[in-house]
Amino acid sequence: MLSVLKNRFEQGYRTCNYPKEKPAVFPRYRGRPDINKDADPSVIQACADACPQDAIDVEKKRIDMGRCVFCGTCERISEKTFVSFTNDFEISAANRSDLMTDGTLPDLARHAKQHFKKLFGRSLQLRQVSAGGCNACEADLNVLATPFFDLARFGINFVASPRHADAIVVTGPVSRNMKTALLQTYEAVPEPRVVIAVGSCTITGGPFYGSPEIASGLESILPVDLFIPGCPPHPLTNLHGLLRFFK
Amino acid sequence: MKAFIPIPNGGPISRADIPHLPFDTFRTQALDIVKNGGKVVQFFAYEDGGTLKFLMVLRTHELMAAGCDAPETYPSLTSECEPFHLFEREIAEQYGIRPQGHPWLKMVRYHKHIRNKPDVFNNDYTQDIPGNYDYYQVAGDDIHEVAVGPVHAGVIEPGHFRFNCIGERVLHLEIQLGYQHRGVETLLQQVTPKRLPILTENMAGDTTIGHGLCMAQAVEALASVAVDDGAKIIRTIALELERLANHIGDLGALCMDVAFLPPANYFGRIRGDFLNLSLLLCGNRFGKGLVRPGGVRFDLNDEVRQTLNDRIVELKPQVEHVLDLIFSASTVRARFEGCGQVSTEDAGHLGLVGPAGRASGLSYDVRRWFPTEWYGYLKVPENPKPSGDVYARALVRRDEVLQSLEMIQSLIDRPVTTRVASGQMPTLPPDSLSVTLNEAWRGEVSHALLTDDTGNILRYKVKDPSFHNWNGLAMALRDTGISDFPLNNKSFNLSYCGFDL
Repeated sequence: MLSVLKNRFEQGYRTCNYPKEKPAVFPRYRGRPDINKDADPSVIQACADACPQDAIDVEKKRIDMGRCVFCGTCERISEKTFVSFTNDFEISAANRSDLMTDGTLPDLARHAKQHFKKLFGRSLQLRQVSAGGCNACEADLNVLATPFFDLARFGINFVASPRHADAIVVTGPVSRNMKTALLQTYEAVPEPRVVIAVGSCTITGGPFYGSPEIASGLESILPVDLFIPGCPPHPLTNLHGLLRFFK
Repeated sequence: MKAFIPIPNGGPISRADIPHLPFDTFRTQALDIVKNGGKVVQFFAYEDGGTLKFLMVLRTHELMAAGCDAPETYPSLTSECEPFHLFEREIAEQYGIRPQGHPWLKMVRYHKHIRNKPDVFNNDYTQDIPGNYDYYQVAGDDIHEVAVGPVHAGVIEPGHFRFNCIGERVLHLEIQLGYQHRGVETLLQQVTPKRLPILTENMAGDTTIGHGLCMAQAVEALASVAVDDGAKIIRTIALELERLANHIGDLGALCMDVAFLPPANYFGRIRGDFLNLSLLLCGNRFGKGLVRPGGVRFDLNDEVRQTLNDRIVELKPQVEHVLDLIFSASTVRARFEGCGQVSTEDAGHLGLVGPAGRASGLSYDVRRWFPTEWYGYLKVPENPKPSGDVYARALVRRDEVLQSLEMIQSLIDRPVTTRVASGQMPTLPPDSLSVTLNEAWRGEVSHALLTDDTGNILRYKVKDPSFHNWNGLAMALRDTGISDFPLNNKSFNLSYCGFDL
């Protein structure tokens, strides 16, 4: 017993003060890309050619964060003259088209469906469905329950049954073998229900785009209300998305 | 007589040098080696110029390989020797080749095979649920079944578990996976080379470095790309950070399942601290973007090295104290000890690897046996624990956590310099083979890369350690209370996506 108490004192208080204060992330973290529209067109083309996700639109000088896995190849090739990734982790969007960014993002809170805020602003129960993917998105959703993020203090919880849920949080590119289970889970959630797509796999197929074994984006199967991009999204990106969309 | 020949871990091999045996010789020799204690590392089929072939990689104290033409049907090796069992099922599913006399010929991942032949399992893949399979059933008055998944209660991956129970006691657990199947191996053979690193990093996100290293080493071996010492050290640090984060998370989760909440919460948070150290190194909590053929894409400059060192110095006593808390609690021991035992003999038959194998007394560790990167210069202790229960699987993790901390500290006590890799994929030589193995946190990850006569990828075969270990979990549940399933499941913590590919 004594050692339990001793450990408790050593651990101290660890919960971050987000959203009041933004916790610092290490500088190599790659969040929202800054894009220089005046970059040399040949450099932009070189970036687009090298991008493993084909996420760069050369004409419009935009990056599709729904396809991007934030690997940093374009930043390196352009030596930051076209793209440089910032430490800004607040990159979720209410519309798929908002993710095709020129470096800016619309304010998520203003674009969120207002009746959701009224319904779920004080209590939001989430059912997670893992549908393909690599388990990294699941892992970084799971950490929201740890003391540092402490999701429950916002009235948000992951629940065991879709019947208890207000929303489903989908991860993974929706493999063929998971499609039926996903749809059944969705159907089991009482209306009005919210669909949240987490990670580039879910939004566009991510690293697996082109495979006949997956869907090409969750939107081809279900209406998506909130897009949280990343590979995987940083836990703070998830937290920001949930708070700004529902609060 | 030609026989299996020794091959290096991660060496370039001309495909012509791999003995191409008559099938009967291939079968006899493979059985002989495995019956005498050898283990199966890889056994797969591939198409080469219209001919279907087998390639097998075995290990004893060395790695060895041989191949043969694949018959349309053949007398199953599994019927004589268990460790081939899942490999033969996988080949049957991928290529429609039937192993005659296989004791449990069942689909692995539910997908169509790539040739225009009848499906071995009579499945209709135009259906949303293609399965055409009767699970094992136990008959009797007091028998009941429990079916769980694919969608589970927690935030975890999908899989189906079917328990046959008498009362609370599990007589048999059958695990059916495949829900995460994304067609990774087929994609690897089709995509432009620039996608290769991204695909390998995303086979199993919690084993990003393990799989990333296997791919990078295979490409480097084939294309004769040298990797400098600094990059090798950084890769070793990254693999150990991956091990730390996952082992610590697992130990926390084990405490959660025996309702010892303080260490569960502390380790939940500390796991995140170690993920953040991967982010410190390369900008991603799972190490994505770090390892590329030729080295690493992020250096370990003195500033990063200092921060890494400071954080480890700060975290190490916390980790030690929480470990003390766990392993000195009699309530924890009471629940861990004797729960879900897998005997050394069973573990050998199933071919268990990694911590799960070591917890059943199999000391195999790729870092000791076939070292890559900087492991040849490090002292990696043996960690076998003979008892094979949840307690042993927890103890192995505890020891490895402490050892990984030491290893990382010893690697960052002096400057590390490396030339950052460009990330460009080199061209590969024709008709070559490279087989790579690394000890990821769950155990032996292995990739085999074969090129055709133009240097394109002919076959890319991936094996995650979970491929070996899922049957270990099923075995652990035999005659165990069903309420101990979560605890046993956490003690293995296997990958669904790494298995399903």
